[in-house]
Amino acid sequence: MNNIRQLSVFLENRPGHLGQVCRALAGAGINIVTMTLADTTEFGIIRLIIREWREAKDILERAGFTVKATDVLAIEVADEPGGLEAVLRTAAGAGLSVEYMYAFARGTGNKAMIVICFDDPAAAAAALRTAGAGVISAEEFYSEKQK
Amino acid sequence: MKHDLRPECAPDYMEPDALHALQLARLQETVRRCHERVALFRRRMDERGLTPDDVRSLDDLAKLPFTDKNDLRDTYPYGLFAEPMGNVVRIHASSGTTGKPIVVGYTREDLGVWSEVMLRSFVMAGMCGDDVLQNAYGYGLFTGGLGAHGGGERLGATVIPISGGNTERQMMVLKDFGVTAICCTPSYFVHLIEHIKESGTSFSELKLRVGVFGAEPWSDAMRAYIQRESGIRAHDIYGLSEIIGPGVGIECSEQNGMHIFEDHFLMEIVDPDTGAVLPDGAEGELVITTLTKKAFPMIRYRTHDITSIIPGRCACGRTLRRIRRIRSRCDDMMIIRGVNVFPSQIEAALLSVEKALPHYQIILTRKGGLDQMEVSVEVTKEMFSDRVSELEAMRRRLAHAVEHTTGLRIPVVLAEPHTIARSEGKAKRVIDRRHEGEETP
Repeated sequence: MNNIRQLSVFLENRPGHLGQVCRALAGAGINIVTMTLADTTEFGIIRLIIREWREAKDILERAGFTVKATDVLAIEVADEPGGLEAVLRTAAGAGLSVEYMYAFARGTGNKAMIVICFDDPAAAAAALRTAGAGVISAEEFYSEKQK
Repeated sequence: MKHDLRPECAPDYMEPDALHALQLARLQETVRRCHERVALFRRRMDERGLTPDDVRSLDDLAKLPFTDKNDLRDTYPYGLFAEPMGNVVRIHASSGTTGKPIVVGYTREDLGVWSEVMLRSFVMAGMCGDDVLQNAYGYGLFTGGLGAHGGGERLGATVIPISGGNTERQMMVLKDFGVTAICCTPSYFVHLIEHIKESGTSFSELKLRVGVFGAEPWSDAMRAYIQRESGIRAHDIYGLSEIIGPGVGIECSEQNGMHIFEDHFLMEIVDPDTGAVLPDGAEGELVITTLTKKAFPMIRYRTHDITSIIPGRCACGRTLRRIRRIRSRCDDMMIIRGVNVFPSQIEAALLSVEKALPHYQIILTRKGGLDQMEVSVEVTKEMFSDRVSELEAMRRRLAHAVEHTTGLRIPVVLAEPHTIARSEGKAKRVIDRRHEGEETP
């Protein structure tokens, strides 16, 4: 079961730069599943989840961007109080720390999807799967998205 | 000590007394010719009540008038030529940053001197006739391309006159033609290193072993980077069009200062403000007098390059004196909050930080009548992290390094790659926006 690959792109805080990333991907017919922008006063890092991440990385690098691929976990949690807390408790119990995370809505129903970057993604995947947390493999993630 | 067997290299090992006698005879001849043929020089000699007979020793050189870049502009294009145009077989010109270029000329004999000093340069860098030389200096009015070409052919190397630019083709030639030596600007070679790595090629697959880099100031830190990343030996070569082009001096295998071809170029270090001659070891402006040039001789040319003569003999066995790496041109010096700062210092500071690559630009602005500096550093794959905290820590390390070197708190900003103009020729390191009107804070 593979983890999800996330692409991170370095951006200067200047008008139009985020648009350039989106335009490069749109031009190649690549859809962004979800994304988040981490920004400071001086620069930003856009994090992207894309099914065709290898192709997207090539395209962005050719367009002159610095791109990095990172393993992250996609975890399905119950969309109710304490849903995320249970996952984080398991992670903390296994000595894992969260570098950053973001949530997004998917489809209908009572589940929420969380993307978490752990300091040790492989160990996190193993620990959370053992604990029965809803870790979604890349295959499941993208096939679900296609529905 | 191993002496090179080529007869052209014999003067590299001349004993000082013999060298001084040769220099004096050549200086007297040069002064006599300039006095006879170059109106500006004759007038300046007359103003000082000097005749060519007043040059009786090498020390008398200090009595002679300086020549400056402005003199070349004022006499544009041929005013300082000492030969009729019928004897001039080649013209080169340096791209003036403002206005007219500086035009220099060569007789057939001058071209012979040039190819000789370039041959000696290549030998000093450890090359021989078996080398395959990729000459990626620009061919044309710029002296780099044809200067290195002439020396390479005279050495008997296989010269590939690829000229500058077209990185894809440079990489193909480097791989397919069995290239063992390259010459270009150091910043262009850094650019090549990156592209070679990006293409998935390892330097160990290439036969390249030596690089001769010049035409712009670069630092020891940059050399360390180039040698580490490419595994080749990188030699700094010195020259300027006004004197002859590349081949005025170069580093030997010791890589500790550049030997100047003193049998052709007489050097002095002077105080840039007073013009007083300084002793060996003291830092000042390099002043050069050509000893054998016919079409375009130069008497006491102010190079604006800041360096010093390294006292003592070099371990390589050559007797030619050495100058330290050019720290910078006096023209490049920036004064920030009363402190003198050179671009090379910024470069060395940035390269002292792990993972940092030499892609930077210095932006000068003026606020409230004071010069301000900002350093923009490209975020390359090596230093990029998807964690904000790591990128901020990298930016702080770079800023600390700059502060440690210059004593100034200079803002360092991170930039996207390739936003800093890639140098296919000379790197544009300093963007001067001081005269674009004061920026509002």
